[in-house]
Amino acid sequence: MTTTSSPVTTRQGVLELAQVSRWYGNVVAVNDVTMTIGPGVTGLLGPNGAGKSTLLHMMAGFLAPSNGTATLDGRRIWHNHEIYRQIGLVPEKEAVYGFLTGWQFVLSSARLHGLPSPADAARRALDLVEMTDASGRRIETYSKGMRQRVKVAAALVHDPQVLLLDEPFNGMDPRQRLHLMDLVRRMGEEGRTILFSSHILEEVERVAHHIEVLVAGRHAASGDYREIRRRMADRPHLFRVRSSDDRRLAAALIGDPSSSAVSLTEQGVEVQVTDYARFTALLPRMARDLAVHLWQVSPTDEDLESVFSYLISGSSR
Amino acid sequence: MNTVVADITYRAMLGRKRIWLLILLPVALVALAALLRLVNGQDEQTAVLLMKSFAIGTMLPLLGLIAGTGVIAPEIEDGTIIHLLAKPISRPVIAVTKFVVAASLVAVLAAVSTYAAAYLLAGSESGVATGFTLGALFGGIAYAAVFLLLGVLTRHAVAVGVIYALVWEGVVGGYVPGARKFSIQQWAQSLADQVSSSPFFSTEVTLGFAVPAMVIVTIGAVVWTGQRLRSLSLTGDD
Repeated sequence: MTTTSSPVTTRQGVLELAQVSRWYGNVVAVNDVTMTIGPGVTGLLGPNGAGKSTLLHMMAGFLAPSNGTATLDGRRIWHNHEIYRQIGLVPEKEAVYGFLTGWQFVLSSARLHGLPSPADAARRALDLVEMTDASGRRIETYSKGMRQRVKVAAALVHDPQVLLLDEPFNGMDPRQRLHLMDLVRRMGEEGRTILFSSHILEEVERVAHHIEVLVAGRHAASGDYREIRRRMADRPHLFRVRSSDDRRLAAALIGDPSSSAVSLTEQGVEVQVTDYARFTALLPRMARDLAVHLWQVSPTDEDLESVFSYLISGSSR
Repeated sequence: MNTVVADITYRAMLGRKRIWLLILLPVALVALAALLRLVNGQDEQTAVLLMKSFAIGTMLPLLGLIAGTGVIAPEIEDGTIIHLLAKPISRPVIAVTKFVVAASLVAVLAAVSTYAAAYLLAGSESGVATGFTLGALFGGIAYAAVFLLLGVLTRHAVAVGVIYALVWEGVVGGYVPGARKFSIQQWAQSLADQVSSSPFFSTEVTLGFAVPAMVIVTIGAVVWTGQRLRSLSLTGDD
């Protein structure tokens, strides 16, 4: 459709951030991020407040980078409404025109794009998200998941090369979530560039073939999800073990290379585990041999934040 | 001008409860005129007074405020504007369309109610009805543009708009003669005065100042709105 312009546009849907920073007053939301997002599904993973939305908004042309450049196929995104011919955006905010029906909403999107046959495009998009049956109802009567799907339909109506989704699976019931995940995966396989943000690792690894991790505004890790998964499993874990004889257990544990530090506390033995697999296999055997009863074995740093902070320290090494 | 944007905006403005907010003041104006006529009969002086203080002085800025901010501020507030902005349509076109919707609503409602009220009280005496209708029409358009701009400049558009209408135009304009030159109400009255030959009505701002001022303010506000929309930023919740 836009092949009449320069040869640059024939390269398809490559988003590029070059040393992009964004700050609000004294607060840095995104700090010197450089990344390239190509065709396929990429997950933008990070805890809440990491700057994911800020990054997505800069890629979608709704925020100017304070520093650096954001481009799509070499064309600047900010102040360039023509890029929306190639970009579809599904914002996180739930709000949509409640007084319109799903059909009117998606049709208006098709007409705003100036598509040659807007009604056909709207029908196709609604079908794709399985919202055809409910499309005659006003959006204000929809559930959160249905709103999300109708927003996806509106963003897909012009068959964009690039699709940006901000926390798209939030608030969906499991069936809707699986369906949207399937849709996203399929569109990625078709060669579209799809970027979605999420703070849930499981979501990302189920859909994305590539993961970009953002923590506290910094680009913490980048790569294949298996690679990131492996690094997360290999990171040092802190376990707390309560048993019938903490001192004896601690003495034995310190003699094994699976842990790097063992300390006795009021709450039990704290073990810094470096070899997760070895430690989990060793502990029950060791307790049996020493005739110590294990009452509680709990990992103390399994929350996402500590995983992320490990990833940052790993990537800066 | 984009018909899809206009269509959505009209629906948002006229759908359900919103329309009552717009109709309330025009209805009040006509009702007040009808009441005055029942009590006092036709009276040109009363007509001029009602037109000056209520039609042009109160209803017009408030209608402008409701419609001008209403076509855009709520959408920016809740983020629905993204649906219009994430499209290959230039932002100034969206601004012009929003202006046309707001201006048409204010102009029609203000002009119709002003004519009806003035005619009830003064008939076609001294051109009072036509004069004030003309003033309401163009004053309404200027107000719509200014309040549209306010809607994209600040999240507190309604508060700022009320302060402008009450403090600047009402109080300062009332006591500081120089300030009257920079008041949309006064410009609207100048237009009205041009047509009307009523001895009860005179204005201070000349037509030679009022007309260019109105044109410049209206066009300037719409152009500025378009520029602001080009740079509209979304700040994430994260």
